[in-house]
Amino acid sequence: MTAKPLINLHAVSKSYEKAGHVITIFDQLDLSIARGDFVAIMGPSGSGKTTLLNLLGGVDRPDRGAITIDETRIDQLGESALSRWRGAHIGFIFQFYNLMPMLNAARNVELPLLLTHLKGRARRDHVMTALKIVGLEDRAKHSPREMSGGQQQRVAIARAIVSDPAFLLCDEPTGDLDRETADEILSMLQMLNRDFGKTIIMVTHDPEAARYARRILHLDKGRFIEAEAMVAS
Amino acid sequence: MMLKQIFMMIWIGLLSLPQRLWLSLATVITIAVVVAVLLAFLSMSQGFRQTLGSSGSEDVAIILRGGSGAELNSVLSREQLALIETAPGLLKRDGASLVSGELYVVVDGIKKSSGTKANLPLRGLGPLGVAIRAPAITAGRMFIPGRNELIVGEALLREFNGFEPGSMLRFGATQWTVVGVFSTGGVFDSEIWSDLGGVQNQFNRGSSVQSVRAKLINPQAIESLRSFADQDPRLTVDIISERRYYAEQSERTSDLILVLGWPLSIAMSLGALAGALNTIYLSVSARSRDIATVRAIGFSGFSAFCGTLAESLFLSAVGGLLGALVALVFFDGLSASTLGGNFTQVVFNFSLSSDLFIQGLWLALLIGLIGGFFPAIRAARLPVAQAFGSR
Repeated sequence: MTAKPLINLHAVSKSYEKAGHVITIFDQLDLSIARGDFVAIMGPSGSGKTTLLNLLGGVDRPDRGAITIDETRIDQLGESALSRWRGAHIGFIFQFYNLMPMLNAARNVELPLLLTHLKGRARRDHVMTALKIVGLEDRAKHSPREMSGGQQQRVAIARAIVSDPAFLLCDEPTGDLDRETADEILSMLQMLNRDFGKTIIMVTHDPEAARYARRILHLDKGRFIEAEAMVAS
Repeated sequence: MMLKQIFMMIWIGLLSLPQRLWLSLATVITIAVVVAVLLAFLSMSQGFRQTLGSSGSEDVAIILRGGSGAELNSVLSREQLALIETAPGLLKRDGASLVSGELYVVVDGIKKSSGTKANLPLRGLGPLGVAIRAPAITAGRMFIPGRNELIVGEALLREFNGFEPGSMLRFGATQWTVVGVFSTGGVFDSEIWSDLGGVQNQFNRGSSVQSVRAKLINPQAIESLRSFADQDPRLTVDIISERRYYAEQSERTSDLILVLGWPLSIAMSLGALAGALNTIYLSVSARSRDIATVRAIGFSGFSAFCGTLAESLFLSAVGGLLGALVALVFFDGLSASTLGGNFTQVVFNFSLSSDLFIQGLWLALLIGLIGGFFPAIRAARLPVAQAFGSR
């Protein structure tokens, strides 16, 4: 890990207005995540996990405070710049995979590469490499409908890593999977963290899933109440 | 990069259409109906304009009683006809001016298409009137004066019952026989012709006529004819070239068709627009997670806008093409008749030109553009956070 954190939230505040009431999610929240870390964020419903995920993913903005990721103040980026930044720096992994059902696996994985200058052949090479990493190189032409949930999530992981982003943001990545398949997916995330140096932030309800992370952060009412260091297995 | 994003968003949108097959199909059909109806009116108007606009000749003058406006309202005396025959600028044959006094009376006919009665023009004319128009006799023979014989135009024969050669017809108290079919092209093909004297007798018109056709030595000679008429107080007449006479009549009726056609089409377009808006809004709603996902991945809002708009334009283009093809198959060349400027039926063919075809497609695309624009804005502004969470 380097001395300078990859992700730094400083005095971040965020609130929403609902039915005339202001609901404060975060008030002066601080968070640092080092490059190469694998952090699981846990917490009960309403604790602010989703809001934190949105802020880290650059899909929502804080009311106050600074969010610096890889030396970029993403809270100060305009909408277009933020879109480009997301494309270049984050790999998203969603609970329900979010694959385009009308595209085959290779086309789904190729999507982030359409934001790059890579030509068709180079894109295909990158896609096949990503699919090989997740063990699905022989399913490139298959549509999501022809795959199991675990295979679909592996395609989604391939899509998340294909453009070699700085970190992966995972929203309940095993929430829709059985235990055995979930373990496979979590092992794969662990492998990406260990062998490819990907920084991973994973929001989960599942303590078993959280055990695959290097650190667990417990979030409650907009505050981290404890931190737990794990020994990566 | 932006182009790649846009193409991919368009591709994703189009590939997802089967998921909304019936709704998309309903939009396509609605737009097709609008375009087909519009093109039906436009091709009707164009066909009518072509039929009347191509009728008549620049070097034939029509002389009508002053202010009468149309042959049916006009009356000219035998003396006035004799004066016109002496006018300058008229083409002569065997020393006599090519001038034809004609009667134009209304008789009944039965439409083949609807079985309803309609007004048909019976023109009484002499040999010079026939010579001026030089019709081709396509069946039977020319009428013989004094025998209550008729010849009928090809278009009239096609659209109305009981005018086949050999048929006996009763107009007023008199029996008439159809002895031939003629063709001149244009509006005369919707007429029935017989000899002037016979029509004058049977319809109690004495020696009067309603209009005079005069063959000019050239189109400019109409000015000499007008000067001549202006200088003679016995000739309170309007003189106009035959071509202009029919062109003006065609404009009045075809403008009326357009005045009916466009508002109806626009009203229907509003309905189609509502349908298109609904379809594309539902499409955006159904694809909201897909759109939010690619937005989260880094695709721009503009690409989501273009993808949604393209879907709308695609549906409307398919609808437009379908409607235009329906119009082409069912309306182009369709023979119909309607009231012309003389309150008699004019038979004409619907005419769907490439210009009209393109106008229909433009209307469809306009519906698609407006119908897709607002949903496309919604797609571009869709909260990216929708990518997370529930299935």
